[in-house]
Amino acid sequence: MADSPAEKEIAGEQQWREKAQAKASGDEDSFVTISGIPVDILHTPGSLPGFDYQRHLGFPGEFPYTRGIRHNMYRGRLWTMRQFAGFGSAADTNRRFKYLLDRGQTGLSTAFDMPTLMGYDSDHVFSQGEVGRCGVAIDSLEDMEILFDGIPLDKVSTSMTINAPAAILLALYIAVGEKQGVPSEKLRGTLQNDILKEYIAQKEWIFPPTPHMKLITDIMGFCAQHVPKWNTISISGYHIREAGSTAVQELAFTLADGFAYVQAGIDAGLDVDVFAPRLSFFFNAHMDFFEEIAKYRAARRIWARTMRGKYGAKNPLSWLMRFHTQTAGCSLTAQQPENNIVRTAFQALSAVLGGTQSLHTNSMDESLALPSEKAVQIALRTQQIIAHETGVVNAIDPLGGSYFVESLTNEMEAGAEEYFRKIEALGGVIAGIEKAFFQREIAAAASAYQKAVEQEKRVVVGVNRYEREDEEVEIELLRIDQQMEEDQKKKVRSLRARRDSRAVSKACKALREATGKDKNLIPPILEAVRAYATLGEICDVLREIYGEYREPPVF
Amino acid sequence: MERKIRVLIAKPGLDGHDRGAKIVAGALRDAGMEVIYVGLRQTPEMIVESAIQEDVDVIGISILSGAHNTIFSRVMSLLKDQGAEGQILVCGGGIIPQEDREKLLAMGVSRMFGPGTATSEIVEFIRQSIGEGMGEAQET
Repeated sequence: MADSPAEKEIAGEQQWREKAQAKASGDEDSFVTISGIPVDILHTPGSLPGFDYQRHLGFPGEFPYTRGIRHNMYRGRLWTMRQFAGFGSAADTNRRFKYLLDRGQTGLSTAFDMPTLMGYDSDHVFSQGEVGRCGVAIDSLEDMEILFDGIPLDKVSTSMTINAPAAILLALYIAVGEKQGVPSEKLRGTLQNDILKEYIAQKEWIFPPTPHMKLITDIMGFCAQHVPKWNTISISGYHIREAGSTAVQELAFTLADGFAYVQAGIDAGLDVDVFAPRLSFFFNAHMDFFEEIAKYRAARRIWARTMRGKYGAKNPLSWLMRFHTQTAGCSLTAQQPENNIVRTAFQALSAVLGGTQSLHTNSMDESLALPSEKAVQIALRTQQIIAHETGVVNAIDPLGGSYFVESLTNEMEAGAEEYFRKIEALGGVIAGIEKAFFQREIAAAASAYQKAVEQEKRVVVGVNRYEREDEEVEIELLRIDQQMEEDQKKKVRSLRARRDSRAVSKACKALREATGKDKNLIPPILEAVRAYATLGEICDVLREIYGEYREPPVF
Repeated sequence: MERKIRVLIAKPGLDGHDRGAKIVAGALRDAGMEVIYVGLRQTPEMIVESAIQEDVDVIGISILSGAHNTIFSRVMSLLKDQGAEGQILVCGGGIIPQEDREKLLAMGVSRMFGPGTATSEIVEFIRQSIGEGMGEAQET
């Protein structure tokens, strides 16, 4: 007999279960989360063996932060409504930024085009057809000045979804600040700068893992001194989930990446309590409502315990996990796209109930093209309705104490820990990447999900049930003018002709030397962008020394 | 001797979102086809060269980045230069607006599969098209 009251069987539960079982109809196997975790029909105190309020939950704003990272949560400040935006030229995106700020958005989030993400200038042969397509094209400081024209950098916080060339975009942002008279100490924002998940899921890398990790620790070290309000890495599960992982894999792989950065920082001689408070996270909000809420709660608890326990962090700011959430792009359907508004609203609500610090809601038309202004406005309004009309912000962690949510939170944590053991046995995250462990795990989960949809074990409204044969999409799509690419190519060529080319070669030479000497590379990169060296030129210097990474294709 | 249908799956351009390409590659393999998955960052030149070297019946291209007009027209014109136009079935998948799909079909692309397509539909389409004489005789 168990001593703890939580472990005692609740009087009458067994009889109740027998009755429920007798009435069960249909396929019991179908009661699983979207990640395949079987869900019990009812949860009671018996679902939470050994449950201890102080140890498992504690109070919001206090260790282990399961219930949230602030004492007053959304009563103090709502989450930041941060819509990811970027397309076409810097001037096009500058207009979209101002449109969003005018409509009450509270922070900026920049999407870069593929050439920028991969460190090529717009006139590079690999950039053909890709310029300005799925983000804004940035070739040099000149573009960056236009991107933030009329937007005072001491007043907004800016998130930049940039990984492989993150150091260069940080330098560009600092340089724009200088032009506006805003010192780097006042800049607020986030670099995604999470290269590990690129090898694992999104595949936008330039160099091999070791030099990439070195650039990341350079950024952590530089920002600790000069850009103290900057979030140096946004450790991202979002892309892992979009690539097809389960919720547990998203949680486990993301936190494993986070711990790998912490270890890299410590190994580079940095003080964990100086850099860890500037690490933030980025999760997906997928369709399975409670599973997602449990995932966020488990993530905070694991991070807090591990940072304090394993890494010996003493600063409470190192323990608490701040995170951004984006609703799941991969859950959107091209069929009956208006339904995506509803999907996104439920996902956004799960992120809020899970205690997110900022949120991007996808637009209904993103399964068809880049979002139109109307669709973006509806997406932003979705957040505003949750914040101001539903009342969910009044009480902190309103699902805390739910037998179901607590039990699912425990299950998420246990599942993640099992993965941590596997990853450690493989020799750590980088070894796991090189052995394609993560890639295979994710591909298997993606394939299992696709099969479940095709066998109609999982219903996707409008796709495999409630389809409309006569469907015609009546949404106006945003089109990028083909001419834009030509204009951008001309622009970067004209810059190369106009600028002080001696200053550029001097700065590139200094960067090359610093790279060879293993110095912190942010100061020479900053010098190069100030001289209007292009993104492609700076990346070329680094490519020369570091080489490029190639992935063996596996499926 | 019966020859399996040979399919080259490629992801051209700079984008790395390969979930769809891998799922299709796996499904075609499970359906008994010979799949050559060449992976990421393939230029149109690399794709056409591999397709000819590997003697494939089908080229499947996954594009989500919006570069589809540029890439497909280059692939089609390279196939033409090689005299392989009409010999190799070219299809693709990704986020492609309707009016662009029509343009691609007019270029000679056989089919563009959009989001939500069942892999069984892709398998069926390939079997039928190849069976109708776009490639060599096949078992079903």
